[in-house]
Amino acid sequence: MIVDSYRFLPRSFRPFYEGRGPFPGEESPVWAPFEKRLSASRIALLTSAGVYMKESQPTFDLEREDANPEWGDPTWRVIPATARPEDFAFAHLHINPEDMLADPEIALPMRGLAELIDEAVVGGSVADHVAVMGYQDRGLEDWRRKTAPEIVAHLREQGADALILAPA
Amino acid sequence: MPVLARWIEAAGIPTVVVTMMPAVAEERRAPRIVGVEFPYGHSFGMPHDKTMQRRVLDLALRVLAGAASSGTRVDFDVEWPVPLREAYKSWQPKVPSPIVRKLLEARSAERS
Repeated sequence: MIVDSYRFLPRSFRPFYEGRGPFPGEESPVWAPFEKRLSASRIALLTSAGVYMKESQPTFDLEREDANPEWGDPTWRVIPATARPEDFAFAHLHINPEDMLADPEIALPMRGLAELIDEAVVGGSVADHVAVMGYQDRGLEDWRRKTAPEIVAHLREQGADALILAPA
Repeated sequence: MPVLARWIEAAGIPTVVVTMMPAVAEERRAPRIVGVEFPYGHSFGMPHDKTMQRRVLDLALRVLAGAASSGTRVDFDVEWPVPLREAYKSWQPKVPSPIVRKLLEARSAERS
């Protein structure tokens, strides 16, 4: 089956995504080989669903986005692998969070990953996964300049061998 | 998100993107892509369907560890089990997002 990339997208949005080619300056391939066995690797997860820990972290700034619709909060949060589903909140104005609240695994499969670790399919998990809010300004300047380098530093510090990213 | 994957990959950390829009991730040159024909907000499948979620995660790990070259795309061969009209409606926010609101306002201003 070849996935229809626009099946759930309102038709009028399609031109914003389709046929636009590579991001400026990002034309050439990038590649980091996956060199270890999966069973000896430490895996990190990243979701763009705007997840945050509702007791201990600030929400993503939706008020500013409301005032300036072309802007999206470029900050990021660490999500402890030990967090429980009831610890999460979702800040994302472009999707209905109901299903994610009912079962956060559909955005951030931390328990699924823990099972694979128990079964020794995967070596381990980072202690702290990563969350961003996926709606960003078109130029991605803050992500490029600040967020991406910070996430890279975090992943290195956590000893991550690889990352699974899930756009919301 | 595919661009974020590229920046992290370029820093030496292998990545895979699990996405509803694999064609877009390909255009943006994400190094490893798993396509899912699921509504937005549901990258790993239906809530509480552990079997489906596990299968997506398994595929993501397989592509992550086993892809031979940049631009590898593998699509997940499962159809969304909810009728299209219903699924299309239910992923969308109850209140239009600020940018959608702005576009709608601009369109109605053009008409009037």
